[in-house]
Order: sequence, then C-alpha cells, then structure tokens
Amino acid sequence: MTKIEAVIQNSKLDAVKSALQEIGVEGMTVLEVRGHGRQKGHTEVYRGREYSVDLIPKTKLELVLGDTMVDKAVQAILGAARTGKIGDGKIFLTRVDEAIRIRNDERGEGAL
Amino acid sequence: MLNRKGRIAWLVAPILVLAFAQILCAQTSAAPSPSSDTNARLAKLEQQAADAKSSADNAWMLTSAALVLMMTGPGLALFYSGLVRKKNVLGTMMQSFALMAVITVLWALFSYSLAFGAGNSFIGGLHNLFLNGVGAAPDADYAATIPAQTFMVYQLMFAIITPGLIAGAFAERMKFSAMLVFMVLWSIIVYNPMAHMVWGKGGLLNASLGGRFPTLDFAGGTVVHVTSGVSALVCALYLGKRVGYPKLPMPPHSVVLSFIGACLLWVGWFGFNAGSALAAGSLATSAFVATHFGAAAAAVGWAAAEWFRNGKASVLGGISGAVAGLVAITPAAGFVKPMPALLIGLMAGVFCYFMVAVVKAKFGYDDSLDAFGVHGAGGTLGALLTGIFAVSAVNPIFKDVQGHPLPSGLIDGNAPQVLNQLIGIAIAWLIAIVGTLIILKLIDLTIGLRVSEEDEVQGLDLSQHGEEGYYWETPA
Repeated sequence: MTKIEAVIQNSKLDAVKSALQEIGVEGMTVLEVRGHGRQKGHTEVYRGREYSVDLIPKTKLELVLGDTMVDKAVQAILGAARTGKIGDGKIFLTRVDEAIRIRNDERGEGAL
Repeated sequence: MLNRKGRIAWLVAPILVLAFAQILCAQTSAAPSPSSDTNARLAKLEQQAADAKSSADNAWMLTSAALVLMMTGPGLALFYSGLVRKKNVLGTMMQSFALMAVITVLWALFSYSLAFGAGNSFIGGLHNLFLNGVGAAPDADYAATIPAQTFMVYQLMFAIITPGLIAGAFAERMKFSAMLVFMVLWSIIVYNPMAHMVWGKGGLLNASLGGRFPTLDFAGGTVVHVTSGVSALVCALYLGKRVGYPKLPMPPHSVVLSFIGACLLWVGWFGFNAGSALAAGSLATSAFVATHFGAAAAAVGWAAAEWFRNGKASVLGGISGAVAGLVAITPAAGFVKPMPALLIGLMAGVFCYFMVAVVKAKFGYDDSLDAFGVHGAGGTLGALLTGIFAVSAVNPIFKDVQGHPLPSGLIDGNAPQVLNQLIGIAIAWLIAIVGTLIILKLIDLTIGLRVSEEDEVQGLDLSQHGEEGYYWETPA
C-alpha cells in the first residue's frame, strides 16, 4: 500500500477529483492548507502598509491505494493538476504498513 | 351649436347666482362678530399648522436619531472590528456597544444637563439633572418645533458615537475595565464641555446663540471628530504600540465586515448631518446633499491617490475615503453649496490618505485603526474649510440687528470667520489633549490601561470577555 499526498492549486481540485474517480479511486481526504515551494507569494496593501503573503493557500489530497493503482492515480493527478507554471504543486509517495477499517477491524488492502 | 351653448348658459347661470348669494350671506353673517368666530377658527388653523409642522419635524428627527445610533452599532462596530485581527473582533465590537449602554445612562442622569443645560461659557448647569424639565414642550433655543425630549435623545446618539471613534487608536490592547472608565471620564471632561461650548446655551463658541467666538460647526466637526481624533492620537502615543507592531503583520481580518460597516456609516450619516438641521425643511435637504457629495468625492480622492501610488484602488481605500469625506463635510454640511461639498470631500480623501499612509508611517505611532488620521485630520480640515466655504444663501446663521443675513464664510465676504474656526479648532485640540492626558494618567496610576502581554497575544475576545468571535469547533 502507498500513501499519495498531492499538494495542488485550489482551482484544480474538481478536475483532480473527477480524474481519480474515473480510474476507480474510491476514497480520499482533502485538506485546505497553506505553504510555499518555489512560488513567490504576493503583497497586499492595507492603508499604505504592505504585507507580503508568502504562505499561499493550497489544497492537499491524501489517499492510500493498493500498489496496482498507484501509477494510474499519479498519472491522473499529473494530467488534471498541471498548468505548466510554477505553483502547480507536488506529489509525495510513502509506503504504508497497515490499514484498518474501524467498523469491522478489517486489515490490509481490503480496508481501503 | 348656438342652441347647445345657450342651454349650457341656462344651466350654469343659476349655479353662479346661488354661489354669489352664498358669498353675500357669508359676508353678512360674519360681519357682526368678526373677532370671535373667525379669530377662533384662525387660531385653530394656526395651531393645526404648527402641530402639522411639529409632527413632520419630529418624524424626521426621531428617524435621524435612530440613524445616528445605527452608526455606532452596527456601523462603527463592524467597520472597526473588520480591521483588527480575528482574536479581537468581539472585544472591538464590545467597545462600541458598551457605549450605547453606558453613555445613555450618563446622559439621562447628568450629561445632557452638562452639555445642553443653561450654564456658563464652558459647561452647562445642573438645571436639567435627571432630565428635569426635558419633556414634550420644545426648547426654542435649540429647536422650536420638536419636543425637547426628541432633541435630547438625538444629541445622546452623538455623545455615544464620539468616544467610540477613539477606540480605533487603542484597539487590540486596552483593558475593557480601563476602557469603560476612560470613556465615562472622557465623556464628562471632554465631550460635554465641548458640546456645550459649540452648541449649548451661552457657549463660548456658539454661532447661532451669540457666542464670543462663533465657530461654524453644523454637525460636529470640532465637537465630535476633532475631539475624538486628537484624543485618539494622545491615546496611541500614551499606550504605546501593540506587541509586535510594526514587525508582525497585522492586516485587517475581514475587509468584508469593514465594508458593511462603512456603508452603514454612510447611510447613518444622513441622520447625523441632515438631522442636525433639527427640522425637516430645505436646510436638511441641503445638508443631506452636501453629505452625500462629500462622501462620494472623498472615496474617489482616496482611491485615486492609492491607485496612483500603489497601482491598485483597494476596497479598504474606497470605504476609508468615504468615511474621511463624511468626517470633513460634517461641520460644513448645513453651510455650503453642493460644489464646495464635492471639493471638501475630494481634498479630505487625498489628505487623510496622506496622513494614514505617509505621516503615520513616518512617525511610527500605532494609531491602530487610524482614528487620528481620519477623524482628527479630516475633522480639522473640514472645520477650517467650513470657514472658507460657508455661505448665508444656504444658512443665514449670522444676522444683523434688523434680522438681515450677514455673510458666513470667506467666499461669502466674511474672512474673519476663518480665524473663529481656528479658535474653535484650537480649543477642541486643547481640551482633547489635556483632558485625555489627565484621564489616561489617572487610570494608569490606579487600575492600569493595557492588558498583560500574555492577554494581548491571546486576544481581547478570550482574555477580556471569555468568548470567541469565530468558534469553529462547535460540538455536533
């Protein structure tokens, strides 16, 4: 099992969600986050005072998938979230040891 | 055709004869006792006309009083609380709301008497203590057509919002208890005397009741905005900066709230300025138009200055400009024509932007929500410009012994009025600085002014009121 963490542009959430649903991904967790990579922030001016905002609002998806699904899912996210500009985000993959369904204590990929 | 015309003549003739006879009869029957019946009816008619005028004026004045209260809550409360960080949203709203309650009680007990009771040149006497003698009968010195009680409650709304404006200077760091004591003392030591001097019977600066230095202040440029704005600067300097200012970013947490508040202020200001005509006649219209024009032109002025300097016209800039224009047109509203009103607004918009964006940054004081930059600066500018643009054609406030109007301001041919305005402004600055310093020192030495650093970091909402404005973790 692998956990995919994808940080994407807020405006790409719907496209990514549909792309993942199309290839049969059944569950995901979505978080509103703030952060920055290489993308520069922006400045805001209130009554002549400048504030630089370098932590930019982003959307983070977390999904844990069986090994056969991982490549397809990564391709789906890349296809749907990419604009080609700085600020498109990043995808991180991590091995997951165990998954447990709380309702019935089911273990492993069956619990996903 | 002839025949038809003839028939009509035959029909009309008897009606004319009857009508003529009626008139004759009326004349002959009224002739024997012209004094009793006709005079009684005339007197009744006059009374009815006076009652009708009184009702019309009273309807407008009660509406105006309600509009001015709306300026404090929710107007000012929203405007200010949107500009603070979200941990202080309730604390800031409460500073406005508390005044609606506390100042009302003071006003009923003694403040009205101190401000508007007959007294000396500086302060009213105690004749109207507990609103004694303030009832349905009009007080002709102030407003001859409305109940004195209407005048009293209308003026109360001004007494409420004025100290509320100061709160912008010490936002996010003053103890609620200290703020209450400050507002009570400020209302007594600064507001009541200033209101008496400019508007009260026998007041030193009263322009309509023959004061020594008649200062033109239609709706409170000196009484409301200069006093509160200058006191705000004193507070900002005395209390010092907020923890982390100016290194930590402290942007407004919701320009949306401020936007709603500013637009409510704009609407409420019609009650503030046009209501200051104290009647529903053409002077109220004149003040209404000047108010609206001043606000609009100042919004254009501030936003344009900002656009020029930063490359963008911001929402906060637009609404701040509108408020600055409303402040500056306040003393002038019932004295100036529409074109000068536009000019006063435009100047105020640019000037207040300069005060807030350039002067404040240069001197580094933490007037957190720009109470001085907008109210102190805009009020002073407006009071001065009133002396220039006031004309007797709008409001013949100065009259010679025969009752003929005399020129009002500089462009009207009364240049010395500018000096009188300067005297009024100087007295407002003086009483605000001295009064505020005394009060701050007094509180500082007794209960203390500022919240602890720990409480300030936590925010006023939790530390002062035990509540949160935005409580997301409500249990399901």
